[in-house]
Amino acid sequence: MTKEHLLKVLEKGIRYDGRKLTEYRPIKIETNISKSAEGSAKITIGETELIAGVKLGIETPYPDTPNQGNLMVNVELLPMSNSEFEVGPPGDNAVELARVVDRGIRESKAINTKKLCVKEKEKVWSVMIDICTINAAGGLFDAATLGAIAALQSTTMPKLEETTVNYDEKTKEKLPITRDPITVTVYKIGPYLIVDPLPEEEKEADARLTIALTRENTICALQKGGTEPLTTEIIEQMITIAQEKAPQLRKHLK
Amino acid sequence: MTETILAAERAICTPGEILATGMGFIPGKGTYRESDNIRAGRLGILSIEGKVLKLTPLSGTYLPKINDRIIGTVCDVLMTGWRMETNSPYSAVMNLKDATAEFIPRGADLTQYFDIGDNVMCKIINVTSQRLVDITTKGPGLRKLEGGRIIKVGPQKIPRIIGKEGSMLAIIKESTGCEIQAGQNGLIWIQGEPEAEIKAAKAIKKIEEEAHKSGLTEKIKTLLQ
Repeated sequence: MTKEHLLKVLEKGIRYDGRKLTEYRPIKIETNISKSAEGSAKITIGETELIAGVKLGIETPYPDTPNQGNLMVNVELLPMSNSEFEVGPPGDNAVELARVVDRGIRESKAINTKKLCVKEKEKVWSVMIDICTINAAGGLFDAATLGAIAALQSTTMPKLEETTVNYDEKTKEKLPITRDPITVTVYKIGPYLIVDPLPEEEKEADARLTIALTRENTICALQKGGTEPLTTEIIEQMITIAQEKAPQLRKHLK
Repeated sequence: MTETILAAERAICTPGEILATGMGFIPGKGTYRESDNIRAGRLGILSIEGKVLKLTPLSGTYLPKINDRIIGTVCDVLMTGWRMETNSPYSAVMNLKDATAEFIPRGADLTQYFDIGDNVMCKIINVTSQRLVDITTKGPGLRKLEGGRIIKVGPQKIPRIIGKEGSMLAIIKESTGCEIQAGQNGLIWIQGEPEAEIKAAKAIKKIEEEAHKSGLTEKIKTLLQ
């Protein structure tokens, strides 16, 4: 797959699969797919497919946030989902993906963590989000955040008994979600800016910028990747694209 | 000893399924014997030829076979040749003498002929019992594929995509104006105008999806108009 050939196609304003430069593949979200998780979602963007699950547990809070719940995000890039993924401890890509999702949720204050406090300094709810790739065919950043938010929104609190959590009995109470951040990752290939890359495009990209946006289109987190530096004008263009795309992605959430 | 055949001709068999019992039958391609039983080794359609049971696979990866024309991607430049990825569990080696008729002096920079990442239409000349694969680019139509893009399909579907004597591929080539090369290993190289390439790729994907249906040629003709 030569880069010149890819650029020649992008020059015409179309992609390898016939989409426009800033067009997403068809998106589908299915929630509550797991019985044992408190909340879960399966998301497909074109051929990319991943599942996100939310597990709740009681833990002691961190010393610097004694009255707030904990949030943890873990991403597994399963070897079955792409021939380039290896077994073993999470690599750079998995860690980066997890941190970008985590940051988007944390910095937008999507979860009202104060409401997750059971007893100050002693007991708080811990929200653990696990994301597994089923088929990794490009555009994992946006899919992962979308999946995490969909899973969080479908989460119901389990029953808290005196010392333990009764997972079999579900309460009607929902997880206190206040915002729904969306990330849009804009890739730069040569002079062209695209979203939702195919694996071929992802490989040839010079740079990427992941932009997390709230419903009001306020930027709450950024992550730059790739080797090429970005100028201020390019970043502004990327943000414009992201602000235009985020509401479209949000429509797929409930 | 009883000798019975348990599966019908042209039946779809799943791995591990018992196809026949007794020593009267012989396991062929895609099947194996386990004590008295002959079982299916993979998902496929059964064909019975006298005493021999054979499975035509419906899924699975490509396994290198002698005289197959495949598309390889150079992944390493060796001392006396190139190592190529073949979309299969086994990589292939192309020796200098099989690469070009040109004289290559000792110590020449081999990347001027084939560099890492180059796609090459080549032919398998030998597969050892240990699955060491030798390939060549000497022969009609064998060459380096410059530019263009590569799409992946199931290697079992390649005969259907090529069609009888290349008829299906000819239809796509003619109506899109693209250059197309199909490798037996499930890789297809397309080069042409961007819009035409997308059209050709869509047609190939459609053939792959509906490979088992009849009247496909007509469908593809209408799709491409």
